This record gives sequence, structure tokens and C-alpha cells, in this order.
Amino acid sequence: MSEVLVVVDAVDGAVRKPTLELLALAKKLGTPSAVYFGGNDAAVTDKLKAFGAEKIYVVDDAEIKGYLVAPKAEALQQLVEKTSPAAVLLVSGYEGKEIAGRLAIKTGSGIITDAVDIEDGGVTRQSVFAGNYTVKSKVTKGTPIITVKPNSAAPEETAGAGEVEAFAATISDSAKKAQIVAAQPRKSTGRPELTEAAIVVSGGRGTGGNFDPIEGLADALGAAVGASRAAVDSGWKPHSFQVGQTGKVVSPQLYVANGISGAIQHRAGMQTSKTIVAVNKDEEAPIFELVDFGVVGDLHSVLPAATEQIEKRKG
Amino acid sequence: MNIVVCVKYVPDATADRQFESDNTVDRVGVDGLLSELDEYAVEQALQLKEKAGDDTEVTALCIGPEKAVDAVRKALQMGADKGILVSDEAIAGSDYLGTSLVLAEAIKKISQEIGQSPDLVMCGMASTDASGSVVPAMLAERLDLPQVTFASVIETQGDQVRIKRDGDTATEVIGATMPLVMSVTDQTGEARYPSFKGIMAAKKKPLETWSLSDLGVDAELVGLNASWSAVEETAARPPRTAGEIVTDEDGSGATALTEFLASKKFI
Repeated sequence: MSEVLVVVDAVDGAVRKPTLELLALAKKLGTPSAVYFGGNDAAVTDKLKAFGAEKIYVVDDAEIKGYLVAPKAEALQQLVEKTSPAAVLLVSGYEGKEIAGRLAIKTGSGIITDAVDIEDGGVTRQSVFAGNYTVKSKVTKGTPIITVKPNSAAPEETAGAGEVEAFAATISDSAKKAQIVAAQPRKSTGRPELTEAAIVVSGGRGTGGNFDPIEGLADALGAAVGASRAAVDSGWKPHSFQVGQTGKVVSPQLYVANGISGAIQHRAGMQTSKTIVAVNKDEEAPIFELVDFGVVGDLHSVLPAATEQIEKRKG
Repeated sequence: MNIVVCVKYVPDATADRQFESDNTVDRVGVDGLLSELDEYAVEQALQLKEKAGDDTEVTALCIGPEKAVDAVRKALQMGADKGILVSDEAIAGSDYLGTSLVLAEAIKKISQEIGQSPDLVMCGMASTDASGSVVPAMLAERLDLPQVTFASVIETQGDQVRIKRDGDTATEVIGATMPLVMSVTDQTGEARYPSFKGIMAAKKKPLETWSLSDLGVDAELVGLNASWSAVEETAARPPRTAGEIVTDEDGSGATALTEFLASKKFI
């Protein structure tokens, strides 16, 4: 079987969960080979091996890491030429999509973005138009280059051979034109990462800027905290919390929308959640059209009381 | 300075968006408009023009059916100086590769006309229909220009550009030298509404329509049949079955919510 290249998303030597999901999906198309941009980092390679990587290409990033996107696309092009893979899988984020776009042109290949599933034979599923349509597509030319949304598959902890191979890429000057002048890693909130969380509790305009009830419920449920654009625009939460068209697109097991009316832009970011719950004072709020369960009431009284009851049940 | 802003004509997100029988997006039967996310790119282009002085020219460039001229007009009404619509039946159904090819060739033609590469090619962070976010990076690849993308804050000094990029795991500062390709997010700030004066002035601004042959692009390279990916099926998501809605009275809402979460094993 052909190799399937999985581009690893890791921060400070920690492989992020969506990469492990990609390794599981890659098995449907061939044998998973991880591509890691970094040093020879045992924590990373051990993790990739444990989750099914048969091969791990380590591309030394000393010459790459100071520049945006283009050098990684160039290195991947060379790896694609060397391995003729069945597909290249990347995580759907800013960087993954942009690498994919450039790689598609470099290798003369079709591209599919934001897949939520990959079936045998490389047919992908996407959720489009704010989650109102499901689209099945397939790449018909070149090496399929597919970016996959986080939470699209369950990681499988079945060890692969994990054979590590250093890959020396040649990076052109042309790829070094956009320089990363400074980088400030995002501060950890101590809660699950928004796009990866199984449960997301969000707050909107209805919080009036007080997120204590939202955060209280989130912590009782072990959830990530999200915010609507209205809450972000009001300066109550940074943009990294925003769920919606221009923020994060989440697809958790449970999404709890509090004081959020449910505009189309917000729906685009959460409509594919498995179970949706809303608390809102306005019984006419469009969010109630989406919910599995809704409470018409004031979040400032409903959430703290529910949080207390949940804590009691947990004992 | 010379700025080209790429703008897309998209089906109104608040309308009932749908697909044609060949699985392409219905761009004619559903009301269309300038993609909201491209308004931010137009706004930033206009702010850069205002900062740089009067000799800066902003050109709005769009690909789409005849009706897509509405998106170009909106950009002119906001304050762009010139509009170009690339319209050709052969382009319909193009994928990202076809779209980026046509845009790149149109930008090359603009470069020939002005005798230099535009200093800035600007785009929104994504379209509101396909939301792929890949075309700006593809343009940078095709035009061999630096990409400074997903900008939430833009700073320029002469030909030096620095942007803030709120990436997936870090906030980065990206620096590059013009000419370059930039995409901007909605965090860059509200886009202006066209003023009455702007709407009247737009009627007199140059607006050209180009075909594929004007660009020297072979029609075989674009469109649905030349697409390197194929949509096999589109299906409307079944409507969510109406959920249970309770009204909170003296704490009953909290109890009902807790019961629901427990019944679904979330506690």
C-alpha cells in the first residue's frame, strides 16, 4: 500500500490531538507516514508511533521556522516527489490550509478543504453553507491534498512501526520572503482547546460581559469556553475564543449557547455539534430552532444553579 | 502606490443558499452580493490609500457571472478607483486552482498596464460561501510574491509591511517587503458604508469587463471540467428535530437542564 503523508501539528514538542485523528483517517487510504518539522524529538516521534505512524519523516526546521508557510510547502513538494503518496493530509487551520493551497499548485494536484470525514477510496465529506448542506467530493487529479477539521475522527492508539527517517529538504530563497518577526504563544487557559473539546460552553451578548456563569458551568462539565462575535467585539473575550464564521469552527459532542441569539455567522461555527443546548431570555431567539434542549430564562440565575446541581451529582 | 483588491460575489448567506443540478453553487438563482469578508479588504485598501496620499490607485478585481458586477460596484461605491470583472462562461464551476489561475493572470495583465507589479494584492480571509481561505496563498505561489495573510493589524512604512497574525497556537508578527499578497480578517475593523456621494461618484468610475481571451488563458484550463476535484453529491442536511424547550420558573430551568445533561451522560 502507498504511504499517506500526515503533516504533524505540534507545539513545543507536544503533538496536538487533530494530528492523531489524521493518523487514524490515513489508515483508510494507505499506510500512515507522519511528517514532522522540527528536531529529533523523542516525545513527538514516540507519540506518532503510538498512534499508528509506520514512518516518521523528520524535516529539520532550522532553516524553515523563521518563515511563513512557503518553505513547508516546498519541503512537502520534495517529499511528495520522493514518496508518491496516496494522499497528503493536513489539519484545517490557517497554516494547514495555506500549505495545502501552495502544495496543490506545486504538485499539480486537486485540493479539498475542511473535510469532516474521509471514506475508503478517498471520498471526503464536507459540511457547507453554515452546516446546511453535506457535500461528498473526491480529488480527480494528482495527489489528493486534504485538510481535515479537528474532531472529525477518533484517534486510534494502535502502534505503528514508527521508523524515523531524516529528510533533507532544499529551501529556495523565494520561499523565504515572509518572515516571522515575533511569535507569542497563546496563553494556556487551563481548559481544553476550543476546537478539540468534547464540550463547549459559550457566552454572548446576554452575558452583559460577566462570563463567571459561563466559566463556572464549563469547569463543572470539563468544557472549553467560547464566545460569540458580539461578546468578542465588546471586548469581553479575546478573538481566540470566538466561535463562528470568522472565528473557530467547533463540532463538539455538546455545545451550550448562553445569551447567544444564533445569527447565521454563529451557526456556521457550531451547527454540526452533536447535541445543542441553549439558554436565552428571549424565547424568539433563532438559536432555539437548532437546539435539542432549550431553557427560556436568565443565564445569570439558570447557569449558577445548574452548576451547583452538577457539582452535587458529581459528588 | 497601486493596490488590487480581490472581491468575490457570493450568494447572500442569509438567503436560502443551494446547489445547481451539476453540484455547482447556485450563483444566479440566489441573491448575491459582495462577500462580507472582502469588505474588510476593501476597507483596509482604502485606509492605506488615505494614509499614502492621492496618487494611490485601488482596483477592485472580481471573477463571476455578469451579475457579479454588483460586487465590483459596491467596492467602487466604498471608494475604490477602478473596477475589473473577469466574466466568461468557461470559468463557471472552477475550483480553487482555476480561480487562482484566472486571478493571477488578471493581476499580470494589470501589471502590464501599469508597468509594474501592484504593490499590494489584497483579499479577505475567506469567502462566505466556500470558506476555503486558500486563494490568497495560491496567488502568492502563482505570482511568486511573499504572503502576509490573516492580518488582524496592518502596519506599513514605505515598502515595508508588518502584520499581526492570530495563528492557531500563537500570535505572530509577519514582515515582508512589497510587492506582496495580503489577506485581512474581520478584526481589522468595521468596513465603511458607501456614502451618497460615494454612490454617485461610483457611476463615473472606470469599470471594465475582461474575458478569458483578454487574459490569454486557455478555456480548457478552467471551469468545471478542468477542476481537479469533483463533487459527487450534495445533500441538504436534514432539519434538526425540534428539541424540548422549557421556561424557567423559580429555578425549574436549572433542574431541567441538569436532568437533560445527565440523561445524555454529559455529567
